[in-house]
Amino acid sequence: MTEIVSQYGFLFLALACLFGFFMAYGVGANDVANAMGTSVGARAITIKQAILIAMVFEFLGAWLAGGEVTSTIRSGIIDVEAAGFEERPELLIFGMLSSLLAAGIWLLIASQLGWPVSTTHSIIGAIVGFAVVGISADSVVWGQIVSIVASWVVSPVFSGTIAFFLFMTVQKLVLSTDDPFVNAKKYVPYYIFLVGFVIAMVTLVKGLSHVGLEITYLQSALISILVGLATMAVGIFLLRQIKENPGANREDRFRSVERVFGVLMIFTACSMAFAHGSNDVANAIGPLAAINGVVQSGGVLDAESPLPTWVLLLGGAGIVAGLATLGYKVIATIGRNITELTPSRGFAAELAAATTVVIASGTGIPVSTTHTLVGAVLGVGMARGIAALNVRVVGKIFLSWVVTLPIGAALSIIFFFLLSAIFN
Amino acid sequence: MTNPIGALFGRSPIRPIESHMDKAHGSVQQLGEFLQVAISGDWSKAAAAHDLIVQAEQDADEMKRDIRSHLPNSLFLPFSRSDLLELLRLQDRLPNLCRDVSHLLLTRQTKIPKPLSQPLQNYFSCNLEASAEAHTVIHELDELLETGFRGKEAELVQRLVQQMDATERACEEKENVLRKALYQLEGEVSPVDIIYLDKLIEGLGRIMATSHRIGGQLLLLISS
Repeated sequence: MTEIVSQYGFLFLALACLFGFFMAYGVGANDVANAMGTSVGARAITIKQAILIAMVFEFLGAWLAGGEVTSTIRSGIIDVEAAGFEERPELLIFGMLSSLLAAGIWLLIASQLGWPVSTTHSIIGAIVGFAVVGISADSVVWGQIVSIVASWVVSPVFSGTIAFFLFMTVQKLVLSTDDPFVNAKKYVPYYIFLVGFVIAMVTLVKGLSHVGLEITYLQSALISILVGLATMAVGIFLLRQIKENPGANREDRFRSVERVFGVLMIFTACSMAFAHGSNDVANAIGPLAAINGVVQSGGVLDAESPLPTWVLLLGGAGIVAGLATLGYKVIATIGRNITELTPSRGFAAELAAATTVVIASGTGIPVSTTHTLVGAVLGVGMARGIAALNVRVVGKIFLSWVVTLPIGAALSIIFFFLLSAIFN
Repeated sequence: MTNPIGALFGRSPIRPIESHMDKAHGSVQQLGEFLQVAISGDWSKAAAAHDLIVQAEQDADEMKRDIRSHLPNSLFLPFSRSDLLELLRLQDRLPNLCRDVSHLLLTRQTKIPKPLSQPLQNYFSCNLEASAEAHTVIHELDELLETGFRGKEAELVQRLVQQMDATERACEEKENVLRKALYQLEGEVSPVDIIYLDKLIEGLGRIMATSHRIGGQLLLLISS
């Protein structure tokens, strides 16, 4: 039945682009705001700067470190042989189109209802749904699904743990010392180094092979140290402009200290956008890449074909469009709501979340950046860093998983049968 | 709030607790003004001063209710919720006690005998000092939060609370002086006056004790 592919190939590809763009738009409007809102809330950067940082680093993240997650979504969840896609490649196209549409529509409905739904969970639910009902339960690589679902629990706990210890070091080295300002100036450059180093290291070790770079572990470490030092140099330059308010009382002194951490938070905001790009862009472009692969090859399945740059660009463009039209409003709302999060805490949460997400990206596991960040903030709270946290949100997040997976699946099953009926 | 990151952050009770303490300490200051005019025997001015205290007491009550209604059980705080509520309860006792004292003197228009005027003022300024110290330590809560309730800042608050012990001892001495002066008046002023003045001293003593307990409660909050 490959003639369906050759006959309607262009139409399928156009639809995939449309739906993929729609999905990326949703990611940009909602998800990115979660990633950037903390920095804006902590007054480390303005909304305009946040959008600019997001545009650059979302794209860099997707391009440099997004390959693994994209290939997981594209070809890691469904077993091509067991699903019989070699004989009927159009089923993969229908399925991926349905998944994009289902996830996109569900995100739209959920955000209207105000539910904290994750794009990652929507798309995974949708793909598993069409595969189980439309094809067969055997076609799903259940081992992969189990590790993905496990990572949804592990990633917030992991980032929470990192954030806890990171904030403890800040307390020990800076906040609880005799002269917090001097110590902030002394230690913040090392934290900035850590941001550059960790992100570069994880990216180099785990993710860069798809760009065509083959480097050894030692080379990666050396390059990462260089990246860390370069980041640190930029940071030291920026820090030189931060002066302590003269003759101020203790309250004002802590305000000066937070200004130092504000510089650090510019860097963690970049790492957050990078991490988000490396993981969540795949939700939109993974299915698109799968469809493109089938159409371009005329029905021959080749999971190893490289990800074309235009697919990535389309995903990036969708995110930027979503961010520029709706996302900035969400950022502003979040920024207003989280005034309690000062830079000395915000950076710890962001660095912990970004590290966790980039590690997941390198391993090819789609996680939710938002949920990981929630875990990180709770970690800072455990270290007595935040005045009041609504733990009820955690329950809501769990509930949203329970609802999102079946609904994403149901919607994609409906669309799958609709598409199959139309084109057969 | 629909967004998980935005919804995660609850309203911090720290500023409201500090404002409530401002109000509570303010009522003690107003009691000082009330005593001034009561000593001079100007009961119409005293009535006006009493009204201010009643107003402050009502305002503090309002603030207390507002803080409580924004502290649901599900809120994750850097200290125990019940310790915070106990602190709030203690703070809220200050305006109540002030109102009781001014009410006691005003309704009966109990005259304060001349020989008592100076010892009473001395004793009250000591009470005011204790309340001011409690006010100061409560205003350390921002800085305590900033430093994660440990290190230098926590040590500083510990020292401040220890200083409150010294104030308490100084107050006790002044209370003894005042009581002796009162008992020397036995026979000169009516026994009912003596009883009411004794109640006045008792009321002021409660203000002192409450201020002191606020400091202790804050330490409990820090160590939780």
